[in-house]
Amino acid sequence: MERIYLDHNATTPLSPAVIDRMTTALAREWGNPSSVHHFGQQAKASIDEARSAVAALISAEPTEVVFTSGGTESDNLAIRGAADAQAIAGRRHLIASGIEHEAVLTTLKALARRGWDVTLLPVDETGIVDPERLREALTDRTALVSVMHANNEIGTVQPVAQLARLAHDRGALFHTDAVQTAGKISVDVQALGVDLLSISAHKFSGPKGIGAIWIRRGLRLVPQLTGGKHERNRRAGTENVPGIIGMGVAAHEALTTMEAEGQRLSALRDRLENAVLAAVPGTIVNGARELRVPNTTNISFDRVEAESLLIALDLEGFAVSTGSACSSGTLEPSHVLKAMGFPAHRTQNSIRFSLGKVNTDEHVTKLVATLPTVVDKLRSLTRTPARA
Amino acid sequence: MTVGASTRIAVAMSGGVDSSVAAALLAEQGHEIVGLSMQLYDQRQGEQSFGSCCTLDDLYDARRVASAIGFPHYILNLEREFQATVVANFVEEYAAGRTPIPCTHCNSDVKFATLLDRARGFGAEQVATGHYARVERSADGRWILLRSLDREKDQSYFLFGLTQEQLARAQFPLGSMHKADVREHARRLGLGVAEKPDSQEICFVPDGDHAAFVARRRPDAATQGAIRDEEGRTLGNHNGVHRFTVGQRKGLGLSSAAPLYVTRIDVADRSVTVGPRRSLERGTLTASGVNWIAGTAPEGSIRVFAQIRHRHTAAPATVRALEMGRAELAFDEPQSAVTPGQAVVFYDSDLVLGGGWID
Repeated sequence: MERIYLDHNATTPLSPAVIDRMTTALAREWGNPSSVHHFGQQAKASIDEARSAVAALISAEPTEVVFTSGGTESDNLAIRGAADAQAIAGRRHLIASGIEHEAVLTTLKALARRGWDVTLLPVDETGIVDPERLREALTDRTALVSVMHANNEIGTVQPVAQLARLAHDRGALFHTDAVQTAGKISVDVQALGVDLLSISAHKFSGPKGIGAIWIRRGLRLVPQLTGGKHERNRRAGTENVPGIIGMGVAAHEALTTMEAEGQRLSALRDRLENAVLAAVPGTIVNGARELRVPNTTNISFDRVEAESLLIALDLEGFAVSTGSACSSGTLEPSHVLKAMGFPAHRTQNSIRFSLGKVNTDEHVTKLVATLPTVVDKLRSLTRTPARA
Repeated sequence: MTVGASTRIAVAMSGGVDSSVAAALLAEQGHEIVGLSMQLYDQRQGEQSFGSCCTLDDLYDARRVASAIGFPHYILNLEREFQATVVANFVEEYAAGRTPIPCTHCNSDVKFATLLDRARGFGAEQVATGHYARVERSADGRWILLRSLDREKDQSYFLFGLTQEQLARAQFPLGSMHKADVREHARRLGLGVAEKPDSQEICFVPDGDHAAFVARRRPDAATQGAIRDEEGRTLGNHNGVHRFTVGQRKGLGLSSAAPLYVTRIDVADRSVTVGPRRSLERGTLTASGVNWIAGTAPEGSIRVFAQIRHRHTAAPATVRALEMGRAELAFDEPQSAVTPGQAVVFYDSDLVLGGGWID
């Protein structure tokens, strides 16, 4: 069976160039980048090259880029590091949107248990944070505001630049999780005006287990992993050299193909979306359609359990998602759609289609040919209440 | 059962050796298997590692089996349905001084209901489980439920609630096997679960403390009451009727010359009556929510072997169907500990005729 992958917001297949370069790196750059000798220098040089490529992807200076194990660690370092640093000045209030990734939300919950005040900003059915809500939530005690650049489930792009200005006006720092935008659309740390920005390699054809955080020069941040003086004392631990090298190659590729690929994916996504809406009755797109990353659409299917639709599609060879998959692989109501104010049933009947490099017109045609039958079958078996 | 044709079959996988081998056997017969594990209660509150059904460890085991044999495996979140049917009933029954069997409700109201419908939604028209019981089609086209050949492991008692529609879509690949052979088969396939112990506890009460579980959900159940003897004399106090089951001997907190057993639980005055073993004997009972496997109740009185709990040797009796899905039954010889809330299942030799809930 031909399998069609439509879940690029979860992860992406590695680009062949990344595989090639990482394979070489595993064999050649095995030295410890902290070592003074030749082997160390060789590894260090390759890391530096990768750092430049990653910095270029987000229009940053290489020296402001710190490599981490991925988006989750970057989010943790940003939030915990800033919270710890700001607490000294009496700022013990944190703000985020209600549609953040769990890496942010769970970290905030942990800090709330340790005495920080946390405010989660509501969103409306567009899935976009209203700056007015942030203005109301900010206080002189606010240490940090964290609002994602684009949402992973529905793809909506947030008005980060505007939100960051509001935060700065009250003396708070601003972090954005740009995991779903880096490599997809232009990410410019200066234009966004943020202080901290998280990215992850495997969302743009790089390897898993490697990500980065951009930290505005001079920003005080309390390290969360302590040890040796790696990454300018920001993040201890021997560098993941092959991962970093792979991320560098992926970043370079993403930057050079972004514009053309973005236009292609956006057209393909729109075609998919319109065709599904036309072919399957009882469907509706979740979130604002005009302000999204080009590859994502999130569609609710009335009277369908998303869980069943996902399985049915997988058995037909289509890989999609209901949102963010948790570690045990279970499917739960979407906290994003919940935060957008949708009723319970609508948080459990939505499917995310996220396209990528490998997808073609033919894939969309096949999906649209399969979906109506699959949905009809599921709808014919909607459960009546269990016997008493 | 579809003979000779390869079909897509969903296998309800608990992560134990039985459902794993059930899946393996069907895969060997050439069927397309879809492994389904049910998430039935919240597991995000820290890691649970109890050796019972559906913990994170069990999900891991089920996933490993699926990947070893080579079929897809999914976790269905049936928490809502499970809470609404099985858990709610469990709590209400204990609070009412009865002793429920959640597994039976899970089979009838979750596995062969919601799970089956979900499976059909993605093209698996049948659900297989690792139960030790047999389902066959009789000459007149009706589906029949039979005890398993391994009498020691027979689980037909827990399946009496299945209807003709449910049986038509049920497969029990282990029904003609002995447990030892099932383990041997798992070993032969190199499955990691081959030596995994059988689960004992109720899956959603992993620490085995059902009284605490009930009290958390129904604080009113944990109201004090008297423990009395058969003459009405108060022997002591207890902390809630949900802690007791008819026939129980341990945990009464009483000292007496002869062993005392719970003979009656009265929710109205919250009393628990105790007496000697012979006081547990009953010659008759009535049951509610009776399911007749054939789809219709028999006319008049019929002779059966009636089983009143999982580990009870079915005893000869006469049963008669009453109105409103009820039945009355008279044993030839009185039976010990007829426990309200447990099932009474009627057998004709190996054939399950039906069953109901003891009043």
